[in-house]
Amino acid sequence: MQYEATIGLETHVMQKTNTKMFCACKYEYGAEPNTHVCPVCLGYPGALPVMNEKAIELCCKAGLLLGCEINPYSKWDRKNYFYPDMAKNYQITQADQPLCLGGQLTVDVDGEMKTFTIERIHQEENAAKNTHVAGASLVDYNRAGTALMEIVSNPCMHSAEDALAYMTAVKQIMQYGGISNCDQEKGQMRSDVNVSVRPVGQKELGAKVEIKNMNSFAFIKEAIEYEIDRQTALLESGGTVDQETRGYDPDRGETFTQRTKENAHDYRYFPEPDLMPVKIPAEQIEQWRSELPELPAQRRVRYVQELGLPEYDAGVLTADMATSDWFEQAMRHTKNAKAVSNFIMGEMMRLLSEQNCSISESNVTPEKLAGIVALIDAKTISTGAGKQVFEIIFNDGGDPKAIVEERGMAQVSDDSALEGWADEAIANNPKPVEEYKAGNPASINFLMGQVMKASRGKANPGAVMQMLKQKLDR
Amino acid sequence: MSEANEGMDVGYVAKLANIDLTTEETALFQGQLNQVLHYVEQLNELDVGGVEPTAHAFPVYNVLRKDEVGTSLNHADVVANAPAATDGEIRVPKILDQ
Repeated sequence: MQYEATIGLETHVMQKTNTKMFCACKYEYGAEPNTHVCPVCLGYPGALPVMNEKAIELCCKAGLLLGCEINPYSKWDRKNYFYPDMAKNYQITQADQPLCLGGQLTVDVDGEMKTFTIERIHQEENAAKNTHVAGASLVDYNRAGTALMEIVSNPCMHSAEDALAYMTAVKQIMQYGGISNCDQEKGQMRSDVNVSVRPVGQKELGAKVEIKNMNSFAFIKEAIEYEIDRQTALLESGGTVDQETRGYDPDRGETFTQRTKENAHDYRYFPEPDLMPVKIPAEQIEQWRSELPELPAQRRVRYVQELGLPEYDAGVLTADMATSDWFEQAMRHTKNAKAVSNFIMGEMMRLLSEQNCSISESNVTPEKLAGIVALIDAKTISTGAGKQVFEIIFNDGGDPKAIVEERGMAQVSDDSALEGWADEAIANNPKPVEEYKAGNPASINFLMGQVMKASRGKANPGAVMQMLKQKLDR
Repeated sequence: MSEANEGMDVGYVAKLANIDLTTEETALFQGQLNQVLHYVEQLNELDVGGVEPTAHAFPVYNVLRKDEVGTSLNHADVVANAPAATDGEIRVPKILDQ
């Protein structure tokens, strides 16, 4: 029998706010434990939460970027549970009336365009960080109460590749939109993954297994693949899959049972009496919509259609926002998109990875690269010399024009200088000359190489080729 | 468990809240809570057919604040107010997954 997997994701994204969701404590990663806490986020009796308007705006903008409808009316609920990561013993979240409803995302999965649908996005507050030591747990409440959105997909994915492409796109969009930095190492983007397996053709989904709280895309992929294999093997051998929550152990490459009791999920939701509902007028939604930035998918299309870049280049340049923004800045100083793209994908990415730094730290600024491209376009320097100038500036800084002058890198297009080198190459290499004349056009490349060598790379290759042809075709 | 079927299963709720109850306490609270539930059930006598469901009694919306950092509590006070602390973190008994 053939089996198919169905996957849904609950992706938690920490928003880029200065303060927490319901109190004015600062959100700061890596601060000394329990230094950004107050009666509200510590759950002291009588303390009352107040909504952060920026968080509401960012959640709705995330919804608009993901094609959601903004709910004109939404409200808050308490999710009750016993665990010290929430001092109140409940988390404020949105159960039946979230801020954003519906939505979809079209992504490229190994060359195939697939659309994944989103059920909802709700706003909630983050939990504290627990560290377990012998016989006790240590709690740092700095993260407790920080603004956290949960993006819930429909069970619409069928492989680890689908899930990865979806999460990569969500991350990109959140970063482009200024919603979140999505720094996974800082826990700013984490996902719970629901995986079930059923025989192909069966209508109902199989028993759902939830793998909790993973931040690494690599581990999520491994966990999904492991879980699909495990459930398929169970069904194939005539067994049944238990509906349960599992964790993923990356060291062993396995998922393991965390909780099996049905009542573990009895959160006794009820409306939060301490918070007023949210009403969002249509004008506000349109205002936010008008402020949305261009998304990577839109930029890709523009790069291809308006700048004439190949699809491949457009994909590489828009893969992360910093690179794409850098490219946009360079394009303010030049019209030659392909040359800029070549430098970014070639020299820039090689040198950045060798020196392990980011594009914003590079000595080569967008303006300087445009300067190098202008020198190449004006045939002042060869492309090869342009790459050298790029590397010199990358390592030591400097101005393209000044470097070319100081180091005598300008190429020679002057006929009188080229003529001497061309005559010399023809005189010294009778065999390739004969072959060329006998009808082997490739032999001219050898002569060309000789001229370039004689000029120590400064001869203008186009001019050299023209000169050689002129002489040989005569 | 006849009482449990009447409305609220005290033993179950206590378990969710991690509260240890003796059999006597469970029976005592079950009786008391059932009385409370019966009292609240009087609301069922009202005809609310024409009333819109609401999450709040007051027609007030969008009570918001600006995203501006305010003053947090003094760290020493936070730790002093906690039952126990280690290296600036609040120490609690370990809660195992059940």
